[in-house]
Amino acid sequence: MADPPVPVEVSGEDFDTLCAPEVARGRGAHRSFAAAFLENRMGVAGLGIVSAVAAFCFLGPLVYHSDQVHANVALTNLAPGAGHPLGTDANGFDILGRLMVGGQSALEISLAVALVATCFGALWGAVSGFTGGVIDAIMMRIVDVVIAVPAIFLLIYLATVFRPTVPLLIVVLSLLSWLGPARLVRGETLSLRTREFVEAVRAAGGRSSRIVGRHIIPNALGTISVNATFQVADAIIILATLSFLGFGLPPPAVSWGGMLSLGTTYLLDGYWWEVYPAGLIVMVTVVAFNFMGDGLRDTLDARLRER
Amino acid sequence: MIGYTLRRLAQAVIVLLGLTVLVFVLEHMIPGSLARAILGPRASAGEIATFDRVNGLDRSVVSQYLTFLSHLLHGNLGYSYRLNQSVDSLVVHELPNDLILVGIALFFALAIAIPLGIAQAVRRNRALDHVATGVSFLLYSMPSYWLGLLLIATFAIGVHVFPPEAPQAASPAGVLADPRALVLPVITLTLVNVALFGRYMRSAAVDTLAQDYVRVARSKGLPQRAVLLRHVLRNSLAPVVTLLGLSVPAVLTTGLVVEYVFNFPGLGLTYFNAAVNADYPVELGITVIVGIATVLGSLLADLAYAVLDPRVRYG
Repeated sequence: MADPPVPVEVSGEDFDTLCAPEVARGRGAHRSFAAAFLENRMGVAGLGIVSAVAAFCFLGPLVYHSDQVHANVALTNLAPGAGHPLGTDANGFDILGRLMVGGQSALEISLAVALVATCFGALWGAVSGFTGGVIDAIMMRIVDVVIAVPAIFLLIYLATVFRPTVPLLIVVLSLLSWLGPARLVRGETLSLRTREFVEAVRAAGGRSSRIVGRHIIPNALGTISVNATFQVADAIIILATLSFLGFGLPPPAVSWGGMLSLGTTYLLDGYWWEVYPAGLIVMVTVVAFNFMGDGLRDTLDARLRER
Repeated sequence: MIGYTLRRLAQAVIVLLGLTVLVFVLEHMIPGSLARAILGPRASAGEIATFDRVNGLDRSVVSQYLTFLSHLLHGNLGYSYRLNQSVDSLVVHELPNDLILVGIALFFALAIAIPLGIAQAVRRNRALDHVATGVSFLLYSMPSYWLGLLLIATFAIGVHVFPPEAPQAASPAGVLADPRALVLPVITLTLVNVALFGRYMRSAAVDTLAQDYVRVARSKGLPQRAVLLRHVLRNSLAPVVTLLGLSVPAVLTTGLVVEYVFNFPGLGLTYFNAAVNADYPVELGITVIVGIATVLGSLLADLAYAVLDPRVRYG
């Protein structure tokens, strides 16, 4: 967003991509894309922070041991100090260790949601846009209907009807997140389906499923992957909001939003360590994913302009 | 324009019908039955049967849906068995409060975001642009309740300038009578929306500045002020109008969270309380209202765009 797109040199491979879009799936094209991405400072910073957060959440507990299952009244609301670098919360849980465990579910769920929602949405959008006519109209009205209700309202309702579990959250969040990619990929498909290479496949007797699966989706892959990155950021925010409001995974599951919610109770007592670390890590993670998405998009835009 | 309007209206009606089906399905997803959820685990089979008969729950699904639809068309959003009050009366009572909160916040958000976006576009890639982009990026990536908490920690606990809680009066007049308590919730909602609108306004203004008519206006000697007001502002507004209409769900989502954080007496807080108490009719009734608002928002956005930009209706 802030940085001007980095110019990329046109290589022979890029020329191939221009003539035969399917070559874009070859290894060479990917390598030059990675190289271009690595020149984007914001994108690389985002990738770096995301990797650091992931390492903190998944590798951290291997080095830093803390009990996140048994509450300990003797250790409640301790200020940061020896033994507890970030203090403890109202139940005596170590905050630093809790941030790690809470991050695991946040990252797992949001990555799974981005993956499922993006795949399903991309397929839906591609089929809808490629088929056109009545089917397209019906498929898109279905998207309009589900999009008409803000996700948080549906999520809270479903969380009151069912008891939230990790798989359920993934399914429900995905059901509410595929709409964006579906609209995006449909738009992309509408322009792709009139291209010569689609005509060529059709003239050669290729079936619709082959055109969508082998030609349309691979060509929309750039748009799809940029969107998937933003989807992860959105899922993290929605998950944290849901657990902040008390409709996330029930205890003993740990979540960043839940930590914030508990810490808020003690805001007036000045227990800052129960509020700020959890809030900061949500923000930093979301910013990092958005940076990555912006970086990917800039790299992609630059490449498209080069073509 | 008439053809376009009719087509777009028909589409909105279809989506609204789909929305009622969705809510109807949600209502029937309650495990066990609605009667069991409302009467509780100790209700006898006879009581359940009576409840079902009185509320028409023993009839076929299609007939139940048609009854549900006809109720909705008559403005009957359901009945809260917990509050012993119709959902419409709740909505009528609290919607004005929401309109005050959201209205003031949107007004300030646009009043800040529009000039800011244009200023950023004019001074592209200079200090002001970078700072504003950075700040809006941060705000955009922040959960809204986190922003609200930071404001409370700073302005209500750190320095006692504003109360941490929204006005607690039930009526719109009472809410407006306590402007100091409105400040923090309004600021939270405003900042989140400035981040959203500012980004679009900037890119719309960047596009407009590159157009030939702006160059013509400049080369015929119009002062910068006139160029910006007469050409850039007016032509950059169309995407923002669309965005305003499409941002209804985002605004309502933030509204729900802000109402919860500041304990603001509005529909969002009522929705939250209904969810805590498993008061399904209130949840679904408010969901219908929110859905209608979203559909109307995108309908108005499209129609306004067609009025502002004639290329759309003939396209």
